Amino acid sequence: MIRKLFGNFGIAEILLAVSVLILVIVVAVPVLLILWTALFVDGSLNTRDILKVLSQPETYEALKNSLIIAAGVTFFSTIIGVFFAWLVSRTDLPLKETMKVLFLVPFMLPSFIGALAWKMLLSPRAGYINKYLSDLFGLDGSLFNIYSLSGIIAVETMYLFPFVFIQVAGALERMDPTLEESARISGAGLLTITRKITLPLMTPSIAAGALLVALYSLAHFGVPAILGTERGIYNIPTKIYEQIYQSGGSFVAIRTGTILSSILVIAAGLILYIQNLVLKAGRFQVIAGKSMRPLLLKLRGLKIPLLLFSILYIFITVILPTVTIFLVGSLKTYGVSFTLENMSLTNLKYILFQWKMTKDAIWNSLYLSLGAAFVTMIVGTLISYTIVKIKVRGRFILEFLGLLPFSVPGTVIAIGVILMWSGKFGINLYNTAWIIFIAYIARYMAFSLKSNSAALEQVSDSLEEAARACGATHWQSLKDIVIPLIKPGMVAAFFLIFLPALRELTTSILLYGPTTRTIGVAIYALNEDGETVYAATLASVALVIIIVGQLAIKRITRSRIKGI
Amino acid sequence: MTMSHVKLQDVTKRFGPVVAVNRLSIEISQGECFSMLGPSGCGKTTTLRMVAGFEDLDEGEISVGGKIFSSSFKKYYLPPEKRDFGMVFQAFAVWPHLNVYNNVAFPLQIRKMPKAEIEERTRRAITYTGLSECAETYPNELSGGQKQRIALARAIAINPTVMLLDEPLSNLDPKLREEMRFEIKDLQRKFGFTILYVTHDQAEAMALSDRILVMSEGNVQQIDTPLNIYHKPANKFVFSFIGLSNFLPVEIADSAVYIEGQHDAGPLNVELPPRTLERRLILATRPFEIDIIREGGVRGTVKRVTYLGDVIDYRVMVGNVEVRIQKNRIKEILREGQRCGLKFNRILWYEHQP
Amino acid sequence: MANVSLEKVGKTYGRHQVISDFSITLRDGECFTFLGPSGCGKTVILRLIAGFEHLTTGEIFIGDRLVSSVEKGVHIPPEARKIGVVFQDYAVWPHKTVYENVVYPLQMQKIPAAEAKKRTMAAVEQVNLGSLENRLPFQLSGGQQQRVALARALVSRPEIMLLDEPLSNLDANLREEMRFEITALQKQTGVTILYVTHDQEVALAISDRIAIMDKMGRVRQVGPPDEIYENPSDPFVFKFMGISNFIPLDWRDGRVFVGESDSPLAYPIPADVLDRIRRHELIAGCRPYDIELTHDDSSPTRGTIRRVIYLGSIIDYRVALGMQEIRVQQDVRDAGQGGIPFRDGDPVGLNFLHLKWFENRGLTEEVES
Repeated sequence: MIRKLFGNFGIAEILLAVSVLILVIVVAVPVLLILWTALFVDGSLNTRDILKVLSQPETYEALKNSLIIAAGVTFFSTIIGVFFAWLVSRTDLPLKETMKVLFLVPFMLPSFIGALAWKMLLSPRAGYINKYLSDLFGLDGSLFNIYSLSGIIAVETMYLFPFVFIQVAGALERMDPTLEESARISGAGLLTITRKITLPLMTPSIAAGALLVALYSLAHFGVPAILGTERGIYNIPTKIYEQIYQSGGSFVAIRTGTILSSILVIAAGLILYIQNLVLKAGRFQVIAGKSMRPLLLKLRGLKIPLLLFSILYIFITVILPTVTIFLVGSLKTYGVSFTLENMSLTNLKYILFQWKMTKDAIWNSLYLSLGAAFVTMIVGTLISYTIVKIKVRGRFILEFLGLLPFSVPGTVIAIGVILMWSGKFGINLYNTAWIIFIAYIARYMAFSLKSNSAALEQVSDSLEEAARACGATHWQSLKDIVIPLIKPGMVAAFFLIFLPALRELTTSILLYGPTTRTIGVAIYALNEDGETVYAATLASVALVIIIVGQLAIKRITRSRIKGI
Repeated sequence: MTMSHVKLQDVTKRFGPVVAVNRLSIEISQGECFSMLGPSGCGKTTTLRMVAGFEDLDEGEISVGGKIFSSSFKKYYLPPEKRDFGMVFQAFAVWPHLNVYNNVAFPLQIRKMPKAEIEERTRRAITYTGLSECAETYPNELSGGQKQRIALARAIAINPTVMLLDEPLSNLDPKLREEMRFEIKDLQRKFGFTILYVTHDQAEAMALSDRILVMSEGNVQQIDTPLNIYHKPANKFVFSFIGLSNFLPVEIADSAVYIEGQHDAGPLNVELPPRTLERRLILATRPFEIDIIREGGVRGTVKRVTYLGDVIDYRVMVGNVEVRIQKNRIKEILREGQRCGLKFNRILWYEHQP
Repeated sequence: MANVSLEKVGKTYGRHQVISDFSITLRDGECFTFLGPSGCGKTVILRLIAGFEHLTTGEIFIGDRLVSSVEKGVHIPPEARKIGVVFQDYAVWPHKTVYENVVYPLQMQKIPAAEAKKRTMAAVEQVNLGSLENRLPFQLSGGQQQRVALARALVSRPEIMLLDEPLSNLDANLREEMRFEITALQKQTGVTILYVTHDQEVALAISDRIAIMDKMGRVRQVGPPDEIYENPSDPFVFKFMGISNFIPLDWRDGRVFVGESDSPLAYPIPADVLDRIRRHELIAGCRPYDIELTHDDSSPTRGTIRRVIYLGSIIDYRVALGMQEIRVQQDVRDAGQGGIPFRDGDPVGLNFLHLKWFENRGLTEEVES
């Protein structure tokens, strides 16, 4: 009977329809609404407002800053990322395995917490390092001013270079060593090989990493918010926030926000386009079949100095800020020196057990990120399966829709979600936790799709077909064969979303209500209110949760690998 | 006596406790095509890599044209980029970001030759390998066979005196493999270089080589011409590696040779083995070297007949010993279950090694 | 145990018509092989019979059951077709043990546990994996994994077994062994086998009948192995089944000559064939070992040795004959009896022992298509 009802529609078509529906509602509509609201008022083209916003010097300023920051961060991240990747994969640096792990740690720290720490260390006058150096050298003013474009670029680079590092180190390790050996036997020395063979072949990976950095930086709220707004340095996300916050969430401000968001989307689109051009120039298959050891440069005299340099880098970018956060968080008052008398666990107890605002924030973040991760994991698996396995025409729509949020900044998603779910279609979720929940799903769906697609592609079609030949229906083969085999991918997707969602700020800063603060929002708010110590305490709690989460991932993913 | 062109002397290589290459000594003459043949892990690739300079030997000496390249005695090691070899790798190792022309010209550019000379040599190499029409193309648009030709062109561009080839044809399909064998031989004839060739395919080694070195587990089993290796293999390993084989356990009784435990089947029509071989003996023979006759011979029953087109493959049971015979199909075809006799034409004796 | 019948079957992907108007019947209990180059559509046929793909036109019957029909709107899904399938990449499930892999079809059929266990263990024994039932696939070799796939395909006692190039990933020795095991299993169970491959050696070794297909999806010839080999219907089949020589023929001065050469062809040619040669309708096909080489003048057909290669038990010659080069192979023992071996550049006489006659229809098109 069901067959009669649906005629030619089988399970494939149903899955496709459901997937498209989900993605359209969650992803496409918010983005389209932004463009619509930006361009049209009461049904007619709204060029006047657009021009007004575009012609304001503030807008230019914000756009210029966004581009300068993004360019600077991308540039330096690429250099640092490639350098360390090369150091770890192509030289005989000692303690390589440890260094590989350590270079990934900045990934785990939320960059705005890093900004917070650096503010404590290097703000003029009040910064601890500045004070120390001024005392030491008897200076009048301070040496470093973190409240600057260069300060923002420096801090963002510290925490974003792992994007490039991971791509390049991975590619270097998987590269076919005979590509370099054949250059060697042709007479080329190591430097020539690196210049003419290795680096050109690495271009796709470098570009991929640089792209991620550029997109992330362009759309980033936290670091410019903490280090820039005080001195009037705005980028587009912070500008959008300022407009909406100042006007108390008025619709006019939101519309201005949509116009600014559109600029952001266009900028992101341009970067993607450029990357496409670079990648098209060389679609290289450089991965080896057999594993052989690649050519290693003997560092000789430089071995220890470079090792020390690397360790120093990790120390400055990771350990120093983290320790600062923990120490400041235990201070009784901000600004006093770090002596045992001045420190206590009172702050910790206060924010964990007594203060409603922080307790709520922690709780909110936990259940929002867990919930979003769980839903995205399941939905992502369903949609990935449709994209990868179901041979139905039109699945490229799904691919496109699924990857869209990748390039749409968190701020833009937030605004889109506001527009869609604030009563326009009869449902008003503004100021509730649900709106944040939906925004998270929209934002992180792309991660789930990527992770699950990768896992699904490893499951060859013949495994399912074999099950069908053994008498299993499509559903049974999914249950018995496919799901068990993609479980690691699903789990990876879960954590890939849970941890970033837990500590994010950019999206929830535009969506939170009085009772729906997230940890990121709470930390930011405390900082804004001048409660630096409490901000640090809450930040240390956040860091602990994140570290515990990371270790849990390692434990779980390791045990999964054994089974398969 | 002509000085050998490539000389390895007592070359040894260890990886931890494992001896990958054990005291290998070879002398290859100028213009010779010399193959190293053996199963995977036998040490042939490691040896080639030591000659190329990608690995350093632990003991011994490698010299080319009288010039020492690696020596443990003199504590000398010349890096690969200074050895002036032409080398072709199994997975082609052709650079995807350079077109055919630039791939081939690379070694010439490194040597900073004058532009005109680079152009001339590159064009010549490309023409000799049949790639003139795709000089501007990029490797990813070409087939496996064409990629391998790029690798060949690149290797011959510098006019090397020695070419090292590491299983260059394994990744190609069988028809192409046969074709490229001849192309390599033709190039050798034209340019006159010495070839050191590594392969696990004995048909390939037989077709290409002037001499073959058969290796197993780091040790030399035999060095000789292809024909000698086929007809006079030094031991069981070489015998079975170089072609299809039967190893029949035998015993001597009443001055005749019987298949062990099968006296009822009757004696074999072979001469007694030399008295010097005291221990238990194995009779080695090729499936093609056995005749199936109606009357007489060693009696057995046809267990399995497999029709392979030009060849029929028989498994004949002599008691519980299986003998494999291959016959050209023109000769009469027997049926399963049929009784028959076996006549042996060419045999070799080996001692049984448990 | 059933027969399989395809009637006017067609399959089109987008604009590409892979198979059209294809009809064939596989007999109950036979081992039938589809043999052809890659891209000829043989795997598509297997997948249509299995139900993994839908027909564009035509009908398929398994036994007397209609399993696929476009006009009648019938498509029985694979799980309901009572088939066993062995894939090229084995498709053994990595997260299940050997036992769990093999018992799966019985679980799908809801066979009670005790009987399922008995039949599974019997199947595992039958493929010589007796003590390994608790191993996981990654602990097994390629050949062992292939046996797991075989056992799994057989355990449910299917009506037909479909094997898609199951041996191509195995090394030569193992391939030989597994060939024999497949044949033995078939004899024991009497199941109808459809085998798909591009390797003519396997096809010859195991099949009761072979269907040779060309790149356009057309069946060139159907018949038992010896017939296909001995009496190929056209040059394509001849070339596909082994090393081949094609010799063009000329009629001049009342005699048959090797095309574009001065060498007459000395061979007993029947009168009707002579007629057709006179009308330029024929070309001769010859296998490398059906040519004898002589040092003396006994044969009027003359050539020159171009290349001699010793391949152990065989000597392979390239001989220039007229405008072309043909391949001749000699048993080393036979060569020895002929006296002095041939060398590059030697003039040589050729005796053709066995020639096949083919229509001369623009050879390249015949053979390449």
